[in-house]
Amino acid sequence: MTTLLAFLPEFILLAGALALFVVALGDAQEKIARVVTLVTAAAVLLATLFTFNQQAVLFNGAFRVDPFSQFLKIAIAFGYLCLGLLSRELCDINGRTRPEYHLFLSFSVLGLLLLVSSVDLITLVLALELSSFALYLLVPMRRERVGQKVQMESAIKYLMFGIAATGVMLFGMSYLYGLTGSTSLPVILAQLPALLDSPLALAGLALTLAGLLYKLAVFPFHFWTPDVYQGAANETAGLIASLPKVGAVAVLVRLVSLAAPDNASFAMLLTGLAIASMVYGNLIALVQTDLKRLLGFSGIAHAGYALVGFVSLDDAGYAAALYYIVGYMLMVLACFVVICRVSRDGANVSIADLAGLHRRSPMLAVTLLIAVFALAGLPPFVGFMGKLSLLTAALAQGHMTLVVITVINSAVAIYYYLRIVRAAFFGEAEETAAPLKLNWSTVALCLLLIVGITGLGLVPAGVVDTISRSLAAIRYPGVG
Amino acid sequence: MTPAASSFPFLSVLIFSPVAAVVVLSFLRSERAQRWWTLALTTALALFSLLLLPRFDSGTHAFQFAEHAAWIPTLKINYTLGVDGISLLLVLLTTLITPLCVLASWNYIRTRIREFMIALLLLETTMLGVFSALDTILFFVFWEAMLIPMALMIGIWGGPRRVYASLKFFIYTMAGSVFLLVALIALRLETGSFDLAATMGHPLADGLQSWVFAAFFISFAIKVPMFPFHTWLPAAHVEAPTAGSVLLASVLLKMGTYGFLRFALPITPHAVQTFGPAVMWLSVAAILYGGFAALAQTDLKKLVAYSSVSHMGFATLGIFALNAGGIEGATLVMINHGITTGGLFMVVGLIYERLHTRDLAAAAGIGRHMPIFTFCYGVFCLSSLGFPGTNSFIGEFLVLAGGFKVSKLLIVCAVPGIVAAAAYNLRMLQKLAYGSSKNPAHAHLVDLNFREIAMFAPLIAFVFWIGLNPSPIVRIMHASVMHLLQQANHTAVQVAALPLP
Repeated sequence: MTTLLAFLPEFILLAGALALFVVALGDAQEKIARVVTLVTAAAVLLATLFTFNQQAVLFNGAFRVDPFSQFLKIAIAFGYLCLGLLSRELCDINGRTRPEYHLFLSFSVLGLLLLVSSVDLITLVLALELSSFALYLLVPMRRERVGQKVQMESAIKYLMFGIAATGVMLFGMSYLYGLTGSTSLPVILAQLPALLDSPLALAGLALTLAGLLYKLAVFPFHFWTPDVYQGAANETAGLIASLPKVGAVAVLVRLVSLAAPDNASFAMLLTGLAIASMVYGNLIALVQTDLKRLLGFSGIAHAGYALVGFVSLDDAGYAAALYYIVGYMLMVLACFVVICRVSRDGANVSIADLAGLHRRSPMLAVTLLIAVFALAGLPPFVGFMGKLSLLTAALAQGHMTLVVITVINSAVAIYYYLRIVRAAFFGEAEETAAPLKLNWSTVALCLLLIVGITGLGLVPAGVVDTISRSLAAIRYPGVG
Repeated sequence: MTPAASSFPFLSVLIFSPVAAVVVLSFLRSERAQRWWTLALTTALALFSLLLLPRFDSGTHAFQFAEHAAWIPTLKINYTLGVDGISLLLVLLTTLITPLCVLASWNYIRTRIREFMIALLLLETTMLGVFSALDTILFFVFWEAMLIPMALMIGIWGGPRRVYASLKFFIYTMAGSVFLLVALIALRLETGSFDLAATMGHPLADGLQSWVFAAFFISFAIKVPMFPFHTWLPAAHVEAPTAGSVLLASVLLKMGTYGFLRFALPITPHAVQTFGPAVMWLSVAAILYGGFAALAQTDLKKLVAYSSVSHMGFATLGIFALNAGGIEGATLVMINHGITTGGLFMVVGLIYERLHTRDLAAAAGIGRHMPIFTFCYGVFCLSSLGFPGTNSFIGEFLVLAGGFKVSKLLIVCAVPGIVAAAAYNLRMLQKLAYGSSKNPAHAHLVDLNFREIAMFAPLIAFVFWIGLNPSPIVRIMHASVMHLLQQANHTAVQVAALPLP
């Protein structure tokens, strides 16, 4: 019974998704679908909190419920609730497909919940694909209209790159399986560190990472990011930008911890990826005018920052990366709340459109201010504490060059973040720009995210502790 | 008396009262109430901070009013506060200047009063935090967080080129402080602690010291600002609203020199000895450059801004002289500059409120219509040029005496800067007070009202009080400065006798 209880969050979400499926069969069921999503999200969040201390191994060892997975499920469920609140209007989604939008949103989150608990390569791929395919469908759901046909192009791009990345990942997994004779991570963990001196094992592990680096939008796997952000509806881009990154980092932690802490060539590989991502993302972001594209490139840079945590190949680094990505999820969600609400009829938002936001809606302006300064890594917000723990972990292992390049990058990045602040606070609105009226759910969402971003930055002790302690779970005590 | 005899969390109350006040402020509807509430709170805080004085034991260098609590145990970051003689003076300067800034913004700020006051209060929190933090990361958090309200203050309520000035200020400071962060992390890994006191006593290898000092130098020199890094300052000062200029000059610039005193000297003493002479030459360059650049300005605010560069040159000169006279003089210069330049910016702000220009020629001759105003202006000008009997004289004299012990050539080179200070201040004073006023805009000028007199009175009192009787202030910081010199490992500790008038 307790083992089934451990599966409660996924079970509730599955039930909710099936309910949404039924709802979506009828016509004009948008309102019901919205309510079902919100209720499901709230229930999943409660369930994840409730099952926080559960420990179980399900499905023949393919699915582990441990402190590590449960912490991340709380974060993902929280993000799901935020997205549920965010997807109230969905003005740029075709009216007839809005219930389906909620359906695929829920399935994507379900995939992520399964993903963070997967400890078998097969389950892992299945969960990842469940989450990805739902997203592939969400992107082209944007309404077609004059001058806006990019959604199809970006959907195809997203799909093609995604499938290619999965192919590479499966190829890498075949090496891991060939070397160790098992698809179970605990078994692989027991054998792989000894084998990692051989180029074959290293290549296998590196290729396996490819699929996740694609989700995270790390440099050579980033091509889809700006186009998909721009082409997808604002709400969809908000989803793609936030939750999958948490899942990707979680699985990266599970996979990277397969490498021994003193594996210099692996650390070198990650260092290269991190630097390339940061430099590329930040430099290209400098010249963007579309806010979503800018966030796309800044997302590439932030993926690079998150990888800095992996370079140290120790628990301090993994904890830092997890903390950072959870914080990043909140920051980027806050940005997308503002984008969705500022946007006129769901159209894309350029930086210039933010002009005079502090007059049009002080609430949104403050949310944006906090989110942007947090992304820039300023205290007292979570972005600073995250960067501090990343840099501390990397420097502790002697990666001075990487650390210096990281801080130079954050100094460069401040420029384009300030452009956003400049538009929102120092610019004046046109005559036609009316004050924005916010409904209760947006206000609640803004407050929730502001409290999250500031709270995680000011009193991070509890969360950091939880993450650090939960990392013991990825050593799979008592298995293998 | 034991250090930290008090168990009441004085510093925490000081630091976080403004944040609490922000909460109340956001519920106040009328603009009048918002102004009065901020004034009342900051005044109360200023009076409250005076309670620290009788409780402060100036006989010891130990950090007092200490508070300690674990903040983020996993990263070994603590919430540690405490002040010694040097930081106590800066804390008091901050709390005393802030209510005056509220007064200076009374009519100057006409839009979004509430938001302005919120920025002002948050700024006070971060400034007090910087001077009280004894954990390096806590210090950095306040140091960086300060940027946000200040940049908004310049960017929203500033002059025509406010956006440019705000971004320049932000990017400059941020670019400097990222290296400070790396240095702090490197120190933590070397010493095993983010605790400032523990870091101070830790011997570091010479190579590491040089790197850490380089990071400190970039960060603090931009903040001071020292000569080649000063270009953000005129822009920021000119565009900022009066209260922003005053706080920038009086408090924010002191964070840079405070950083040198609190971090560079005790943590990297060898590097300071190695690079100190070069920094002193840069300081002389700042004195000369600031002085002569000020001489050429026609915009009053720019003039005062460049004079700031020159005055802060004295502060860094004194710090890196590494003797008692130099450092005590430098600390006095920091306090005095806060009072005098703060006063000058308020004066310029008043001219702007009345004439809507800061042009020296357009303001010429206003002294005929505004005698009280001219008196205040005159006092600050004389103080700024270091007239004997005013506060600046003591500080600059001590710095020059301290610098003289290090290098006579250096001080001789700085002398033209002092002459320039006399020239630009007297030129400004002469034009404003005695210039022939045929400007019809001057006909309706009214002299200072009660609020404005209340704004200047405390500053003028301090100008003369410190000028005629500086020993109470020197006494507060003396033990801390001596200890600092010991940490900087310098023989000049024995030369403790002060050539005080």
